[in-house]
Amino acid sequence: MSTGSVEVVYRGIFQKTLAKNICRGIVFAARKEGKIGIAFGRYSDSPERNGIPAKQFAVVADTEEEMEEYLSRYEPDNNDVTIVADDTLCKGIESWAWYGLQPINKLLKEGGTLLVASTRSPESLIGDIHRKGKPYHLAIVKASASFSGLWVYKDDLTDVRLLGALARVAPHIISLDSIVAALNEPKKNAAKEASARKAHDLIASTAIGADNGNDAVPFKFELPGWKKMEECLVIRGMDMKQEVPGRDGGYVPARNPTFKKFTTRTMRPVINFDTCTKCTICWLQCPDTCFDITPDGYYDANMEACCGCGICEAVCPVDKCITMVNEEGFKDHQSQWEMWHKDKQAYAAWLSEKIANQPARSHGFHHLGQYAEEIANEPS
Amino acid sequence: MSPADTAIAKKADSKAAPRTETEELISGSEAIAHAVRLADVDVITAYPIRPYDTVMQYVSKMIADGDLDCEYIVAESEHSQFEIVKHASAVGARVFAGSSGVGWFYAFEALAVTAGLRLPMVAMVGNRALDDPGAFGVEHNDALAVRDLGWMLSWVSTAQEALDTALIAYRVAEDPRVYLPCAISCDGAFLTHSQSIVKVPSQAMVNSFLPRYDRGDKQLHPDNPITIAPQVNEDWLMEMRRQSDMAARRARDVIIEAYADFRAKFGRGGEPFIERYMMEDAEVAVVGMGTLAMPVKVAVRKMREQGKKVGFVRVRWFRPFPTRELQEALAGVRAVGVIDRDFSFGSAFFSGVLANDLRSALYPLKNRPKILSFIAGLGGREVSTNNVIDVTGKVFDAASGADIDEQNTYWIGVRE
Repeated sequence: MSTGSVEVVYRGIFQKTLAKNICRGIVFAARKEGKIGIAFGRYSDSPERNGIPAKQFAVVADTEEEMEEYLSRYEPDNNDVTIVADDTLCKGIESWAWYGLQPINKLLKEGGTLLVASTRSPESLIGDIHRKGKPYHLAIVKASASFSGLWVYKDDLTDVRLLGALARVAPHIISLDSIVAALNEPKKNAAKEASARKAHDLIASTAIGADNGNDAVPFKFELPGWKKMEECLVIRGMDMKQEVPGRDGGYVPARNPTFKKFTTRTMRPVINFDTCTKCTICWLQCPDTCFDITPDGYYDANMEACCGCGICEAVCPVDKCITMVNEEGFKDHQSQWEMWHKDKQAYAAWLSEKIANQPARSHGFHHLGQYAEEIANEPS
Repeated sequence: MSPADTAIAKKADSKAAPRTETEELISGSEAIAHAVRLADVDVITAYPIRPYDTVMQYVSKMIADGDLDCEYIVAESEHSQFEIVKHASAVGARVFAGSSGVGWFYAFEALAVTAGLRLPMVAMVGNRALDDPGAFGVEHNDALAVRDLGWMLSWVSTAQEALDTALIAYRVAEDPRVYLPCAISCDGAFLTHSQSIVKVPSQAMVNSFLPRYDRGDKQLHPDNPITIAPQVNEDWLMEMRRQSDMAARRARDVIIEAYADFRAKFGRGGEPFIERYMMEDAEVAVVGMGTLAMPVKVAVRKMREQGKKVGFVRVRWFRPFPTRELQEALAGVRAVGVIDRDFSFGSAFFSGVLANDLRSALYPLKNRPKILSFIAGLGGREVSTNNVIDVTGKVFDAASGADIDEQNTYWIGVRE
């Protein structure tokens, strides 16, 4: 008698089908062993939104009675495996549920496996992943963030490879034989079978100690009780302006103190203040009001508010003044204007290093035709 | 072939189809869509609102795939959505519609006249909290709002039960002894958006269970010149209400018959009206509806392991209210805890809707149990096994004579 549950963390809407296929694949494979299974998305997510961190779950059980524990849940909280379909989510998950920043390994059970699709090394990823306080394992399937299953995008078999790897790290949930049997239905598929087997054989996992990882305290907040909430569903308006020490002049708008956007983005804008003409267009067009006006009249993208949509880059009339770069290369949310203001030469060096690190494939594309180019350049 | 032609061809093939079931990994919403397909519904109307909208997605895919041939109309609002199927039902079409939360309320006038006109519409309510505040999660107040109008109301707890109950609903609603609309409630998220393995019967099996909708001489048709929905006053109306009352009373027997036949043909379906879980020797009972059954059953088993004699009664049909069954099931227990996933602000004891109906149903019992009312899981908040164990602890205390205020209602899992 046993149960097993798998959490799949992905970015909507691009990976919604991928995550669904992984979870349905787990259920179909479990049936090959006479087990029952369910698959569901976390309902409070809005996975139709571009880049939003979202989740699906698959639960496998020997009996209907055991399964009842899981049949009216949003988030099983003691998962055997957490699959991460986009490694930028290793920094944590901010969903539309009001959790603050949820560490990627938070719902993973002690001794479980964090299975990440990534081209990065375990050492690099663990720098992003918050300390769990309990030991677990980290396993990496060599893959970039896949769009497999989304409309006309190429099926790169990432779902199948993750399933093969899952059978290796959690054979008590599903065996490789069951995965392969399910993949060959309704008709035989040699490519899928070979990919699953290869991923199964290649996957290696690293033991992560209780104290390994990013020691930053994840952002969180307390929800008030009914006696503290204001009656009649009233939400008080905030002050228009936020007072920031050391920033006399300029304008920093007040923002929602509880709903941050640290991990929503996979890219962030970096700004060359030396070429900025202060034309205001980025500030006007940003859908999230993320630009702060600095005392000297520049526009500084605030990383607590930026979703990484790239509109500022698109509307900026100056060549390479705003550039979207890979979020992976950042460890903090420091103000770029303050860096520039302090040391212009150092900032110029920092900026060119960041610009060199453009996203290979993220939840958004940098330019029209990029996807076709990437597919053409991929080794077959 | 056009989708419609394909559907006709598939239907013809199905006459020779084996009486078997296939197993599909589908959500409760998709299970409802399969029931609609198997019932060969003639007119379907839709208007999107989460979580019901998943049903319209599956239905429209079935039409596009040629698996279902029907008039599918996306209306401009829920009011029109339900008005259209109401009229279609009057001319003899088998109909389906659905909604959630305040979408269901926007159709309220149509819902009232559908029941008043004795039209056997079958609807799916994907239970959702009523705005404001905006929330997608489950509360039962949406479907419960029509409880006094003649609508039959069923709550299901699995996707399989959703499919089966939808087939039973058509048979009961369209029975000439009843001719009343029926709404099947599926808890938002936990049923509408969760996929499990469901047995989907063949067309031949369903055909053997579900007769065609025949409105007989009450069908609006040029060959049958009648008028319906007259304007009446005090000299006519009360008799008409009394007819509806009798139809709701007769529905009981028709439901019992339908379940008996369903069990015979499909080998499942259980007891009509209520599900009894570990009630044989129970000293106290928990009562609830929908997917609340899941944490409650787990909690009941845990408490049984500790020797606590607790059982669970799940109300499957809220209208017609299973008065007799609940009296019989609960007459032997010393205390009952009712967990409502709804509210009835300002009502007797400020209880939930189910608790208030249950109290009045049990009042005539000679040795009536103590009844405690609990509100839990609003807006889709998870009801945990521990929540249920806490609730049951209080019920045991009441049973053993502790000083528990029966004239109070207890809120579970709310932040103080």
